[in-house]
Amino acid sequence: MFPCLGGRRTIRLTATSIFLATFGVLFLGIIVPASADDKNPFAGDAKAAKAGEYEFRINCALCHGLGARGGGRGPDLTRSVKRHTHSDSDMFQVISNGIPGTAMPANGTNGQGVGMTDEEIWQIITYIRSREVKSPAAPPGSVARGKDLFYGDGNCALCHMVEGKGGRFGPDLTGVGGSRTRQAMIDSVRNPSQRLAWGLTEATKEFPQEYESVTVVTADGKTIKGVTLNEDSFSVQIMDSGENIHLLDKDKLRSFQKSRESAMPKYDSDVLSDKDLDDIVAYLVSVGAK
Amino acid sequence: MNRAEMRGQKRDDVDVSTSRSTSVRTFLFFLRGVIPNVGAFQPTQGSRVESSRIRIQPAARHPSLRLKNGYAQDDVHHRRVVPMLACVLLVSTVSSAQVTFERLVNSAKEPQNWMTYSGDYSGKRFSALDQINGGNVRTMAAKWVYQTAATGKLETTPLVVDGILYATAQDDRAFALDARTGRPIWMYQRQIPSDIRPCCGHVNRGLAILGDKVFLGTLDAHVIALDAKTGSVVWDKTAADYRTGHSFTVAPLAVKNLIVLGVSGGEYGVRGFIDAYDADTGQRKWRFYTVPGQGEPGHDSWSGDSWKVGGAPAWNTGTYDPATNQIFWPTGNPSPSNRGDDRAGDNLYSNSLLALDADTGKLNWHFQFTKHDEHDWDATQVPVIIDAGQKKLIAQADRNGYFYVIDRASGKLISATPYGKTTWSDSKDSDGRPVANGQASPTLEGHTICPGALGTTNFMAPTYDPQTGLFYVTARDQCDTFSKAPQSYEAGHAFYGSAYFPSEEAEPYLGFLKAIDPATGEVKMKFQHTSPTWSGVLSTAGGLVFSGDAEGNFIAFDAASLKPLWHFQMGGAVYAAPMAFAVDGKEYVAIAAGSAIYAFGLP
Repeated sequence: MFPCLGGRRTIRLTATSIFLATFGVLFLGIIVPASADDKNPFAGDAKAAKAGEYEFRINCALCHGLGARGGGRGPDLTRSVKRHTHSDSDMFQVISNGIPGTAMPANGTNGQGVGMTDEEIWQIITYIRSREVKSPAAPPGSVARGKDLFYGDGNCALCHMVEGKGGRFGPDLTGVGGSRTRQAMIDSVRNPSQRLAWGLTEATKEFPQEYESVTVVTADGKTIKGVTLNEDSFSVQIMDSGENIHLLDKDKLRSFQKSRESAMPKYDSDVLSDKDLDDIVAYLVSVGAK
Repeated sequence: MNRAEMRGQKRDDVDVSTSRSTSVRTFLFFLRGVIPNVGAFQPTQGSRVESSRIRIQPAARHPSLRLKNGYAQDDVHHRRVVPMLACVLLVSTVSSAQVTFERLVNSAKEPQNWMTYSGDYSGKRFSALDQINGGNVRTMAAKWVYQTAATGKLETTPLVVDGILYATAQDDRAFALDARTGRPIWMYQRQIPSDIRPCCGHVNRGLAILGDKVFLGTLDAHVIALDAKTGSVVWDKTAADYRTGHSFTVAPLAVKNLIVLGVSGGEYGVRGFIDAYDADTGQRKWRFYTVPGQGEPGHDSWSGDSWKVGGAPAWNTGTYDPATNQIFWPTGNPSPSNRGDDRAGDNLYSNSLLALDADTGKLNWHFQFTKHDEHDWDATQVPVIIDAGQKKLIAQADRNGYFYVIDRASGKLISATPYGKTTWSDSKDSDGRPVANGQASPTLEGHTICPGALGTTNFMAPTYDPQTGLFYVTARDQCDTFSKAPQSYEAGHAFYGSAYFPSEEAEPYLGFLKAIDPATGEVKMKFQHTSPTWSGVLSTAGGLVFSGDAEGNFIAFDAASLKPLWHFQMGGAVYAAPMAFAVDGKEYVAIAAGSAIYAFGLP
């Protein structure tokens, strides 16, 4: 069976190639301070890590990918810096309770897997720790210059918001640097359509709405281009690049065309140099690490 | 019958010897939604007092009681009877509260009632009611909504008998409602242990009814009988140990005086079985192990001791052929589901359709859809009995992506035709059965196969409409990456042998309602949903097909074209199948969505 990915908040996280809902938003509040009893009894135990690998495949790989390298739905867990799970006991709480407002479910409630015992959760944590790759001490790029580019010549902020400043047409990128690898962010800028980002997380749906672009022609002949905020068989809600929301009935449209091409332009290296991109990513990482 | 008589009758039926039954584990409470933790509520004391406040009698049967308890019954309904339903109403008025086996066999004579999970023994999920039809369905509106207060996936199909609707919800809730108004008559909720381990949510798909009792399989692997008038526990039997991963989510099937149901637990390495219990006493009359024991035919289809944890659960409701007294029951995946290395062989009777003698549980024949499955392709879809001229058939749209038509006398395959995206088979054996190709097995690093683990379809009930001659089924096109990893069995722990996850190459995943011609296996029409749905399908004599979607819509389709004629936004995804009934000459269509049950009718 399959998780019914839940959550009620609208989460628009990235126009990059990967869904970022998990491990990003809103979960500082649910982390219970660790007590002395919350130490991982298996820390560094290779045998426990192996057992944890099997549990991981059953319970976590659906979203976080084989080898914890990140999947279509959940972030890469091999990053040594995780946004809100600094300690093993933090991680225990997140696995046990999930992250409200995101697709990360509480243990035993996702329909995938069957609920783990405390021992199994610690084994999974031990496994995740064993998979972590240390990131370079000083990642390339200038944070200050990246911020200037983001809000200036890079034109990123026309569509994307970071820490409450910027546009609404694309996903909010405040959390992206804390949950995705540098490479994933670079790939997403160079080839935004490679994997469309995920937008609305609707409690009723198995998967969140995707950032598909859409072109419709209304009954009176008006063409509207934008992204689908949500959609069912009978109605669609679209945001255009001017951030106007259009509420439309499908049976009243002259045409309705969806596309798997992202509304975000491709930033080739002649448009945005590798160095500029490094700076922008450095900026996003600095924000995401907060 | 007055209340004293009802109590007396209930007492006679109580099996006080049953362990853990009424006093500790089970509870009645009638204040729906008021008492979130039933553990604080004493089961026997007080419940009768509460019940007297809201218990009502079926209006049509006892006119003298119509005003009892302050319920203003509307006699006008009886004068407004639509001619089409006149005979129906007559049957309703004179019928006994006792749901006899004869009534179940002859359910076609009382289309106002929906007395089994699929509406009749054949599994067609077809209603002969035609008051709501293509000409007026656009005016259909919600008549009532019943909030269950349950969370998670609501998978129940309600039963309706003589104006009373019986249904279930998560965490082993059961309740009876006035089917005209949605007002509760009684409610039961079991106190389930905190350490139950159902694989896929605390779900339940419905009740069986027989005599004056309804029957519930529970998440802690009990079978219980409830008094249909009060919700009181009549008997409570332990079928298996829940701590080893056994549970019931299935709607039982009442056949003769037996309550038949199959166990869940293919994710825990249970040894699957189908049980039959005496409806009066709760005594188990037979058990058919879906994994043969030592010395039994089929045992050699398992290597070593793998049969002991072989799975093959039986978690969806089968069908029954009164003419041959055979029960047709489908089975689920072998365990562990994603790794077959340690269970070499065909792994009988996993992923099979079983034809069992109803009286004894003896196997007459079996047909295995997927041999040695490594993709979690439970064959737990409703097997639909169809007569085509002289041909006695049984049809199943299988999770593995093929639509099978089988001779139900012999179990011989007649046809197997793909009805969705499949990549696992390129050829057929001499029986015509699709055979797995060399690429099908999961690998350590993962390998993409279609359909995915959720299957082309799953537990969602299909329908066969005898008017169009078409089989309508919810279908999904999705491919998954399957990986495997060695895993040792540990009692009560998940036993998958690894995992699957959606293949990124194959996105997006598509969901459909498809209409299949059983004569050819051809998909004649399809409607594409916005995303895959878990809703079952109902067809009615009104020329309509009903289904729901993941976005929360309940949709009426023209059965001949699959064009949507009407829809209603229910605000919650659908994991249940619709059904139809009539009370006081008015047809209703009902479905569960979100946390609620919705009933629709004409204005």
